[in-house]
Amino acid sequence: MSGKFTEIWVYLAATPLLGLTVTLLAYQGAYWIYAKAKMNPLANPVAIAVAALVALLWFTDTPYPVYFEGAQFVHFLLGTATVALAVPLYANLDTLKKNLVPLGGALLAGSIVAAVSAVGIAWALGASRETLLSLAPKSVTAPIAMGVAEKIGGLPSLTAVLVVCTGILGAVLARGTLNVLRIQDHAVRGFAVGVAAHGIGTARAFQVSERMGAFAGLAMGLNGLLTAFLFPLLLRLWPG
Amino acid sequence: MLGAFTLLLVFQLVGEVLVHLTRLPVPGPVVGMLLLFVSLVARGAVPQWLRDTCQGLLSHLSLLFVPAGVGVLLHFQRLGAEWLPIAVALVASTVITIGVTALVMRALQK
Repeated sequence: MSGKFTEIWVYLAATPLLGLTVTLLAYQGAYWIYAKAKMNPLANPVAIAVAALVALLWFTDTPYPVYFEGAQFVHFLLGTATVALAVPLYANLDTLKKNLVPLGGALLAGSIVAAVSAVGIAWALGASRETLLSLAPKSVTAPIAMGVAEKIGGLPSLTAVLVVCTGILGAVLARGTLNVLRIQDHAVRGFAVGVAAHGIGTARAFQVSERMGAFAGLAMGLNGLLTAFLFPLLLRLWPG
Repeated sequence: MLGAFTLLLVFQLVGEVLVHLTRLPVPGPVVGMLLLFVSLVARGAVPQWLRDTCQGLLSHLSLLFVPAGVGVLLHFQRLGAEWLPIAVALVASTVITIGVTALVMRALQK
């Protein structure tokens, strides 16, 4: 890097303006690529934006807390967005009422299996306790997952990354898995993707059909609620 | 829009306060979400101004976890040491979860 550029960078990095601006620029650039790739889940905009920003911070030797000074204004809205999830959840209330038993049963099974299988496999392969706790809420929508990770002693920023990876995996692997099991009903397909792969899976489901998307969105909201209330209680039973 | 945003913040704040007072091990915003949901059920409809703001906020939901995601650079060492258990757990657990959820739902529909 030339001296002049370094000087300006150091000056700008000291204000929140830079962290905030590069976050918005990176995301919009990543979203442009995602749209160009016809919304292929492998071109996930969060993954691309995060990779670009990590590279930027690394090349400019900027510490994460300096970047976060600015990015915190975006980060803060996670909590508010979580509250806003009540609206799409309410919009699906009729669907929920009409299918209470199959949806409730599938939700409970899926939610528990998601956490237990991930934690169990990682534990068997020797992952550390902090990693296991960060992994547990990985199928839940990011704002809730991060809140849960914080409550149970995981690392919220690691959870954020694991949540995005899970979403991408779910969006990519759902079709094959469901085809092997010969599940054709779009309601069932959507709900399964929503429980396993939250918003990224839901976005994928909406590309297939409106019905599949609606069930995925409902699954995402319900799984977030269930996980937030159930996991911290379950963990109190886990000897530490 | 300002009114809706204020309303969301008020629910978030009430959620945080309740969690703090009751020492529930639940994130405050989730309690806020539940309270808003219950209010909507009691009211029987979502006001248009609230729906518009929430849609706007949620359409950019993925932007909101970028700052935390960048925090991955604090965990490079951990990821380098534990990439195998993490990768296997994520792939296997995702496939298993999709399968189990779908099979249980289909079984209960009949």
